[in-house]
Amino acid sequence: MSVNRSLPHDAAPLHVTGQARYIDDIPMPADCLHLAFGLSSVARGRITALDVAAVRAAPGVALVLSGADFDTIPDCAPAAHDEPLVSDGAVHYLGQPIFLVAATSHLAARRAARLARIDYAEEPPILTIEAALAANSRFEDGPRIYGRGDVEAALDAAPHRIEGRIELGGQEHFYLEGQAALALPQEGGDMVIHASSQHPTEIQHKVADALGVAMHGVRVEVRRMGGGFGGKESQGNALAIACAVVAARTGRPAKMRYDRDDDFMVTGKRHDIRIDYRAGFDDTGRVLGVDVTHYLRCGWSMDLSLPVADRAMLHADNAYDLQAARITSHRLRTNHQSATAFRGFGGPQGMAGIERVMDHIAHRLGRDPLEVRRRNYYPEAPVAPAGASGGSISEAKMGGAPARAGVTPYGMQVTDFILGAMTARLAESCDHDRRRAAIAAWNAAQPVLKRGIALTPVKFGISFTLTHLNQAGALVHVYQDGSIQLNHGGTEMGQGLFQKVAQVAAARFGVGMDRVKITATDTGKVPNTSATAASSGSDLNGMAVQAACDAIRARIAAVVAPLLQSDAASVVFEAGMVRANGAEMPFASAVQHAYQARVSLSATGFYATPGIAWDRIAGKGQPFFYFAYGAACSEVVIDTLTGENRILRTDILHDAGASLNPALDIGQVEGGFVQGAGWLTTEELVWDDGGRLRTHAPSTYKIPACSDRPPVFNVALWDQPNRAETIYRSKAVGEPPFMLGISVLMALSDACAACGRHYPDLQAPATPEAVLAAVDRARGVQ
Amino acid sequence: MGIRFLLNGAPHDVAAAPTVTLLDWLREQRGLTGTKEGCNEGDCGACTVMVTDPDGSARALNACILFLPQLDGRAVRTVEGIAAPDGGLHPVQQAMVEHHGSQCGFCTPGFVVSMAVAHLNGRRDHDDQLAGNLCRCTGYAPIIRAARAAASAPIPDWMRADAQRLGDAGVIVSQTHSGAHPPAACPRSADELADWYLAHPDATLIAGATDVGLWVTKGLRDLGPVAFLNQCADLRGIHADGDTIRIGAMTTIAELGTAMADRHPGFAELIRRYGSAQVRAAATVGGNIANGSPIGDSPPALIALGATLHLRKGDARRSVALEDFFVAYGKQDRSPGEFVESVSFPVQPDRLACYKLSKRFDQDISAVCGAFNIARADGVVTAARIAFGGMAGTPRRARAVEAALIGQPWTEATIAQASAGFALDFTPLSDMRASAAYRLRAAQAMLTRHFHESMGRAVNVLEVGA
Repeated sequence: MSVNRSLPHDAAPLHVTGQARYIDDIPMPADCLHLAFGLSSVARGRITALDVAAVRAAPGVALVLSGADFDTIPDCAPAAHDEPLVSDGAVHYLGQPIFLVAATSHLAARRAARLARIDYAEEPPILTIEAALAANSRFEDGPRIYGRGDVEAALDAAPHRIEGRIELGGQEHFYLEGQAALALPQEGGDMVIHASSQHPTEIQHKVADALGVAMHGVRVEVRRMGGGFGGKESQGNALAIACAVVAARTGRPAKMRYDRDDDFMVTGKRHDIRIDYRAGFDDTGRVLGVDVTHYLRCGWSMDLSLPVADRAMLHADNAYDLQAARITSHRLRTNHQSATAFRGFGGPQGMAGIERVMDHIAHRLGRDPLEVRRRNYYPEAPVAPAGASGGSISEAKMGGAPARAGVTPYGMQVTDFILGAMTARLAESCDHDRRRAAIAAWNAAQPVLKRGIALTPVKFGISFTLTHLNQAGALVHVYQDGSIQLNHGGTEMGQGLFQKVAQVAAARFGVGMDRVKITATDTGKVPNTSATAASSGSDLNGMAVQAACDAIRARIAAVVAPLLQSDAASVVFEAGMVRANGAEMPFASAVQHAYQARVSLSATGFYATPGIAWDRIAGKGQPFFYFAYGAACSEVVIDTLTGENRILRTDILHDAGASLNPALDIGQVEGGFVQGAGWLTTEELVWDDGGRLRTHAPSTYKIPACSDRPPVFNVALWDQPNRAETIYRSKAVGEPPFMLGISVLMALSDACAACGRHYPDLQAPATPEAVLAAVDRARGVQ
Repeated sequence: MGIRFLLNGAPHDVAAAPTVTLLDWLREQRGLTGTKEGCNEGDCGACTVMVTDPDGSARALNACILFLPQLDGRAVRTVEGIAAPDGGLHPVQQAMVEHHGSQCGFCTPGFVVSMAVAHLNGRRDHDDQLAGNLCRCTGYAPIIRAARAAASAPIPDWMRADAQRLGDAGVIVSQTHSGAHPPAACPRSADELADWYLAHPDATLIAGATDVGLWVTKGLRDLGPVAFLNQCADLRGIHADGDTIRIGAMTTIAELGTAMADRHPGFAELIRRYGSAQVRAAATVGGNIANGSPIGDSPPALIALGATLHLRKGDARRSVALEDFFVAYGKQDRSPGEFVESVSFPVQPDRLACYKLSKRFDQDISAVCGAFNIARADGVVTAARIAFGGMAGTPRRARAVEAALIGQPWTEATIAQASAGFALDFTPLSDMRASAAYRLRAAQAMLTRHFHESMGRAVNVLEVGA
């Protein structure tokens, strides 16, 4: 069968030969205009004069649009209607688009965009958490608070207490393909958009609004992105809208791609966060009560900050059964780029907070942090007798509720917890205990270098927390020759979604992968799609495609059953054949019979995730269909003179359920881990006191390079199927592995702690400078 | 300017403005969109192409900061030319497919070209060969698995074709001529350059273009008169003249690294971390000095070696101590029309230790770069030349520290005492790379590290294994 197989990415041969097309590679239509934004040079204020005469006069310029050129400035925001395409006179961050230039070449547009004269009445920007709190500059009326139990009583009664603070920096997506869009004007005012977007339906919606046409007048196509990571969920809206507006006004095709520096300056990044914590615990490290406060700098507009901050709260427990917990979240409005979705969507921030608490508790008690972590794990789901759950997995070990299910701070029962077993297996396979002892001995003998090790778990909730987004559609055609064309609402950004879903389709029809072609995401084929986000791509679209395939399969079975002297229910599709009652015919012949019997060979499929309900204001409910799990053990070394540091080895055991494609899933695990480690080590965003981003190119913003991956890097998949009824019992795998990178931060903390008796209080990103500061704190040198 | 080169095996005559980049030309004029723009500044490697020189040597270069005149008389192979003429995959392409080395695929063409060049050159140091190619999806592990898997495959015939064709007399003749307005020149020798530069003293000299390239792609500057020095063969090469090592200005950083491997391995190790393979193969020693950057990595090491800079204006030549060439931030001891011809340093026993501190180990600009050349006899410091980048507006010697060391016993106490000199020598700045306080402390730490290293203690995180 085509599922559970390690097939290469469907586009790999195109990738390696340079034939895979991205937006800027589409052969340029004649007369195409190229766009660039003129950007603000101050972080906050009002425009008092905007002189674009020199821009208009620049070589090649066809059109310049500023706020005054619109009756209503088009809005680019995904939710709150608070992001004008170009400034309405107010300036909210340094890098905000002020005007739009259309010229005959990309270079001409970029050159012209620098020629405007803009006068500002500057106002003091709100850049820090303190300034935002003082000005009560925030989204929503006040902090959101979730929790359970009497936290203050638990803290008061606890034999031990700690309190502390960790700051975690933001993160630039650095998708290798920058934001890009192309608009092709059609007859009658219709518009076709090619976009590098995770959310074609939103592009369709926002472009239709900008043009004043119905959504049926706009078709959006996305073949692939050169990386997304959440950065193309909402941040591409502005480019598509700009192209559509120019195309509508001029009748000419319009293309826009950000130069890399503009991409850094204009678009949002991962939310940075400050987490203040207090925890009470017993002699063994068991947490009795924890109080956590999140402060997120959300930037100038709301974007997706509310659900991001919610998800941070929903992961403030991670793997830990917190009897009394309070999580308070402040969503602060600041004069920065508008922080946005980024792989994990707040989950990494929330999770890093409680891992820090565990690390701190262990240090206080002088215990092995892994022992403290395990002591606080949620109760393990019992291993059920084989066959308890049916489905397509023959030796499924899936059962009912555990004897005592844990309950999250938001009131959801954790019934599928498997980290106890996963941690045990990983700790054994990576020889954690022996290496921990060996490292301590090595450190005792080393004057300059120190090593550290940490094993950290991941429990990540799967589903959009905005419940209605958990739906997907698919469109499947079977042609007369037995070939199959497949379309669904998910977008391909490198994760291998197209291949995994194609594997599902091939499995349903029992044909080889060569019979299945998957086509570009297209709002004209499958409407009303959700963003490809929240790791949901294969869960949602795989199920939708299965439904479409099964509808066609049933029709074919009904036609061929009499020919095979059987009933439709007995017809099976396998090995390229349609079989029943000991007889068989090739799939293509069965298709021909169905065609000649005038039976439709095209079907839509639809899926809505069952059993979820969530009240985000109350902070109660069942926001997730299931949890995905993982664990990582990382070993690091630091230089106590300079703070330089490096990963030496990482072992990972990750839960992808019954993987649809183990090779692609391992690719997500390896890549997610390195990206997560980068967030916490080398990737530092630096804004100056005026609100200017100083790290606005790869020369100054350092994502991991080749040699930054762990030189010893062992990755394995957990071998149990999902207990929830997902497509072939697989699990979502896009985001969860990112948080395995937290093991690196905790290992660095461990290495710093080897320098003295004080808690090192390591902050992130753990640059050499941050590590050296932590070494100082461990030594009691401030 | 008119230039001629081979593109994927076929000769091309091109007339173009001198500062059109190869990347823009490939994508916009030739429709060869396999070569990608990821950053437009030579940091991500998505635009990597293979360039073969007339001597048959092949290197990977970043097309985004490579001007067309730099290609005159050479051969370019893009990702479209890496597969066999019949479309069969190159071994590195096949391995990338089989080992799942591509996800989003946008960086992949650049990786494939870098890997194919490394494969052609027999390089197995994959991490170093690929340090200039960024991937945001895979975490690199499957790419390295692919590189290892392909390493033992034979070199395909078509990958040797460029060197053969360039070697066939008459197949490709450099067509470059000077002219145009503003003036652009491709001098064939130092003499020609000297004459032309005297006549155009306001011109920009372009060696490897790894810095000047960004003036164009990011600064969007019109450079005015330019001269491309890549044809000045007599400015290139490293020669030992008796007790002096002389390095021609057009010697690439990669060539310098190779030459230093035996003589001063610490310098070679510094160069291993200088830029990336693509940058080192383009950037020149002369450019790294003449641009006057406070954070160039070769000047501290050269100053510590006691280097002398050799300048030429017309037929007049003069020499200055390298540290004296750097007058102040943005100001060098160089008059209009004067250019760097070479740099030299005395043959000496190897005592050089170089330390480069940056947020990322590979392909990152130094926050602090320190070079120590300390001689000892009988446990006493007899001579010291210590130079730093990143600590001031120019590369500069730590003279107070040197003075505090000379004549003192080589002990931890001496190190501690001498370290106080750094605060006298330097008043570093805070920026996005590091704070001033950290820079000062890191400089002191480097001296301490040098001491520990001399005592045989483990001090380098890069030398520790799990």
